[in-house]
Amino acid sequence: MSTTEPITVNLGPQHPSTHGVFRMRVTFDGEEIIDVEPVFGYLHRGSEKLAEERTYTQVLTLTDRMDYVSSMLNNQAYMLAVEKLCNVEPSPRGVWLRMIAAELQRVASHLVATGFLIQDLGALGTPLIYAMRQREYILDLFEMLCGARITNSYLRPGGVFMDAPDEFWPALDKVLNDIPNALDELEELLSGNEIITSRTQGVSILLPETMVNASITGPMLRAGSVDWDLRHRNPYDFYDQINFQRPLHSSSDNFARFWVRIQEARESVKIIYQCLERIEPGCVRPSFHDVPRLIRPEPGDAYAAIEGSKGELGFYLVSDGSIAPYRCHVRAPSLINLTLLREMLVGTLFNDLFVSFGSIDLNMGEVDR
Amino acid sequence: MTDEWNGNSLATALAGENPDAIESCNRTDVWVKGEHILQICFTLRDNPEFGFDLLNSLTAVDYLDYFEVVYHITSLKKNASAVIKTKVGQGRNNPVLASVVNVWRGADYQEREVWDLFGITFEGHPNHKRLFLWEGYPGHPLRKDYITYDQSINSEERG
Repeated sequence: MSTTEPITVNLGPQHPSTHGVFRMRVTFDGEEIIDVEPVFGYLHRGSEKLAEERTYTQVLTLTDRMDYVSSMLNNQAYMLAVEKLCNVEPSPRGVWLRMIAAELQRVASHLVATGFLIQDLGALGTPLIYAMRQREYILDLFEMLCGARITNSYLRPGGVFMDAPDEFWPALDKVLNDIPNALDELEELLSGNEIITSRTQGVSILLPETMVNASITGPMLRAGSVDWDLRHRNPYDFYDQINFQRPLHSSSDNFARFWVRIQEARESVKIIYQCLERIEPGCVRPSFHDVPRLIRPEPGDAYAAIEGSKGELGFYLVSDGSIAPYRCHVRAPSLINLTLLREMLVGTLFNDLFVSFGSIDLNMGEVDR
Repeated sequence: MTDEWNGNSLATALAGENPDAIESCNRTDVWVKGEHILQICFTLRDNPEFGFDLLNSLTAVDYLDYFEVVYHITSLKKNASAVIKTKVGQGRNNPVLASVVNVWRGADYQEREVWDLFGITFEGHPNHKRLFLWEGYPGHPLRKDYITYDQSINSEERG
């Protein structure tokens, strides 16, 4: 029973809190949300169609531009699919290097997610800069590895395109030393701040069974105490040789989702230290005799998925024996994690809207592709 | 490691409850007849022998003679995965398939995406609208017969 007249408001597509261009048609009863309808497609560039006209290596550059705050992870998922399609045996040093890059990217992505949470809660500027500052150092490392900061295109079938330069290793050590302090600082801002805890705890609770049924994966699922991490349950690359914890939280609210991300970033640092112990000199990619520049896989299909920073990031490739994929489908976690958006938002208040929305940690480049 | 179901043994296991639903199978995949897909998906989710509670990915491929809808599914409890495929729209005519949103909510946006980009209708979908492109957009761009070099996307001759 409405006590006031319901009003429908278009939020977006241009709004600083929508993490890109995203529109929601939200119906309010006073300050309470009674209906939400997301409208997609403002950043749709037809990546899957473009991929059908490019060679397997060229498609890599399209994956950079999907989730542009975790390009290395996109590269990794795509290359695993190509390797599965072509039965490529990867070079060990290349695999360790891309695992280091991927875990650094995961830290960067989780830092961005947490920084924007505090921004969405109304603390404009300063806390976000704390998170972005640490991310800058990680991007500097990527610049040493491949010359690019955001659109990396660092990986190749069977490894990476070049070895890390000598100055990379001391710089990496320094960044790894600093990350835990930066994470402590952010966690202190989160769990030590009464405003943040009282506004995020108990808001937008999702049940674990509902989330599994709605194909939600990644930190969102683990915040509901479902122990499902592809690095652990279906290890790709050399994750089977690595020991790491999967941080779980039982409350499945906005606070839990961000808490899980911070803890996961800590585990990523531990994973990188283990990679550094095991990495050995050698080739970073197979020779062109084994993996030619122009790949022509046998006709068939392959699906490979990794634990991305947002959830299960998968690529489904179909080959017809030519130099370009016949079909390249991206299983985009950002899009699929939005399935329960309506359930999360209905019943909450307007000022929780963008916090709940940000707790999904979505990236419009990946939602719309 | 996740156990990947062998397509042949999955087809044999499924044939017990749904004898005429299986079209063919190979080492990795099972092809289900289009009209039985909903029933098969309920079996895959609810029968404890399978227990597939997570729909990883739902997508389609245009093979010119027909469309193929591909379901990648996983059981979190058993850590097992399987691939189910369905051929729809033989001769490119009127591709229609039952929606599996009632089995897995995660199919919601993915089926809308397939409708948007391939033009495959999902019967029983609660919100059967285009996902990325706007209503009234001519054609379905991921079809292989879609003309991409034509810049006049508003031309009425496009179908």
